[in-house]
Amino acid sequence: MLWETFKLALQAILRNPMRSFLTVLGVVIGVAAVIAMVTIGKGSTAQVTADVERMGANLMILSPGQMRFGPNSGGGSERAFALADVDRIIDQVASVETAAPSGSASQVAVFGNTNYRTRVTGTDSRYLVASDWPVAAGRAFTAAEESAGKTVCILGETVRRELFGQTDPVGEKIRLGAMSCTVVGLLAPKGASSFGTDQDDVVLMPFRAYGRRIAGSMDVPMIYIAVRDGVSMERATNDITALMREVRRIGPGEEDDFSLRDMEQVASMLNSVNAVLTGLLSAVAAVSLLVGGIGIMNIMLVSVTERTREIGIRMAVGAQAGQVLLQFLVEAIVLSALGGVLGVALGLGLAAVGAQVLNVPFTPDAGTIALAFAFSALVGVVFGYFPARRAARLDPIEALRH
Amino acid sequence: MATPVSPVIEFRDVARVYGSGAAEVRALDGVSLTVEKGEFVAVMGPSGSGKSTAMNIMGCLDRPSSGHYLFDGVEVGGLTRDQRALLRRHYLGFIFQGYNLLARTTALQNVELPLIYKGLGRAERKAAALAALDKVGLADRAHHDPSQLSGGQQQRVAIARALATGPQVVLADEPTGNLDTRRSVEIMDLLQALNRKDGLTIVMVTHEEDMAEYASRLIWMVDGQIQSDRRITGAG
Repeated sequence: MLWETFKLALQAILRNPMRSFLTVLGVVIGVAAVIAMVTIGKGSTAQVTADVERMGANLMILSPGQMRFGPNSGGGSERAFALADVDRIIDQVASVETAAPSGSASQVAVFGNTNYRTRVTGTDSRYLVASDWPVAAGRAFTAAEESAGKTVCILGETVRRELFGQTDPVGEKIRLGAMSCTVVGLLAPKGASSFGTDQDDVVLMPFRAYGRRIAGSMDVPMIYIAVRDGVSMERATNDITALMREVRRIGPGEEDDFSLRDMEQVASMLNSVNAVLTGLLSAVAAVSLLVGGIGIMNIMLVSVTERTREIGIRMAVGAQAGQVLLQFLVEAIVLSALGGVLGVALGLGLAAVGAQVLNVPFTPDAGTIALAFAFSALVGVVFGYFPARRAARLDPIEALRH
Repeated sequence: MATPVSPVIEFRDVARVYGSGAAEVRALDGVSLTVEKGEFVAVMGPSGSGKSTAMNIMGCLDRPSSGHYLFDGVEVGGLTRDQRALLRRHYLGFIFQGYNLLARTTALQNVELPLIYKGLGRAERKAAALAALDKVGLADRAHHDPSQLSGGQQQRVAIARALATGPQVVLADEPTGNLDTRRSVEIMDLLQALNRKDGLTIVMVTHEEDMAEYASRLIWMVDGQIQSDRRITGAG
């Protein structure tokens, strides 16, 4: 009987394919949106986790000021660090493997008649160790170049491609603003970060050269720190904090005027932002599912009216109210479940394209798909019930006269 | 049998009243009648005489406002909607003036419709439906849609649908109302043959005297009451 009802519902739906399609379009879009949002969201969460693992879970970033959100974040009054602080951290904190200064500015890089705006980062070879970033060709900076602040540089893959194309950049000279510097090495390609920025769009130079020629001061805006293997991040945090409080003469009871973040924290912050965004977009998608359900209810009501005589005939030959109810309810459920199937297919397609564009992994999740599908069927139950009940309550005599 | 067979249809002082107060309409006003198994009863009367109302009550689509309707000895007045649906499903067949076949549904599927509700399996259903179509001479049209059939053929499909479940009574409401004389005669011959050969009990509403003469008994109604009730002797 149920199988018959199901077949009957399919027949009724396919009898008017265009109308059925337009009816379920709302559900299709709703389900597709939910699937696409959640799939891309999960993909970018996976990306963040992978990034953290690649950058090394033992990486910490020391920056001046307290990390704050809101209008007062990033104020300019914070005390920067000095180059000596980097050496102090390496020498005095046993749990630290290595540390490197870092400061960045936007500059136009010129080679021949090609120019390209990129980010120049002043640092030293310890940065490559801390962030586990190998040099693919040429070499890293020498100690002599670093201490003398020689104008040498290492290019990221994107900068190399933009400026040099097919030619080998090592040994060539590029111009950065007013100064000229010699390319000594090439970084291994790294790809986009979780923030969506291109990490290969960078030119590295010794920090002293950067400070003198670009930033105009030897202040260190940020220090990258790699913690020794087997040492807990908590212990390293405590050690470094104690040292910096002493160096910066912060009295007991006073607040730190610097902040120390490990990549886990950065990742969890990113992921929570991600979750909020995914949630919001999914809520919008859920609203469109609701609207889709109302569309189904509307068409089912029309269908009940159109098929009043059919209902009368069925009742005359012995259909009970429950059987008529079931027939129209199953029809609404099949209709919206078909919408769900189409929506899942469309959503996965969108997510695959979106993942490609946003450079995050495409990770379809069976649970999400099942949930979206079940939800679309539920929409059929909820919005199909009222029209079905109307059909079931028809008076057979009236219905036959229709 | 030791006990007398109860009539298949029994009206005891049945009234059916619509509306109330000044707008009250007594569609049936104290009707008593019995129909025995194997009878072919024609009900005639001017429009508004209550014949359709009587048919609706006999068909368990409606209930009397007062009085008693016993179907095969069962008091229908006390049954719920769903119980009356079961009575229709198992014991009653309907033939309508406008055929009332499902559109875009083959003759076979139309005849199978009541059998689905009866809960027959696919093969059993098909066999029963084909047998019924064969009985009305349309076995070769089983896979035609109603739109591909003439009015007379459609009505025969409807008769097959009414017969398929093996009902106790077939109720026919102006079965020839939409047909020309030749087709009407074909339909009436068919109904008469079913009544005489298979002993099928038929109650038919009509306003055509010629058609009423195929029956074995004629009930004439006026103003919700039975004016005359007589056997037709020279029928056929």
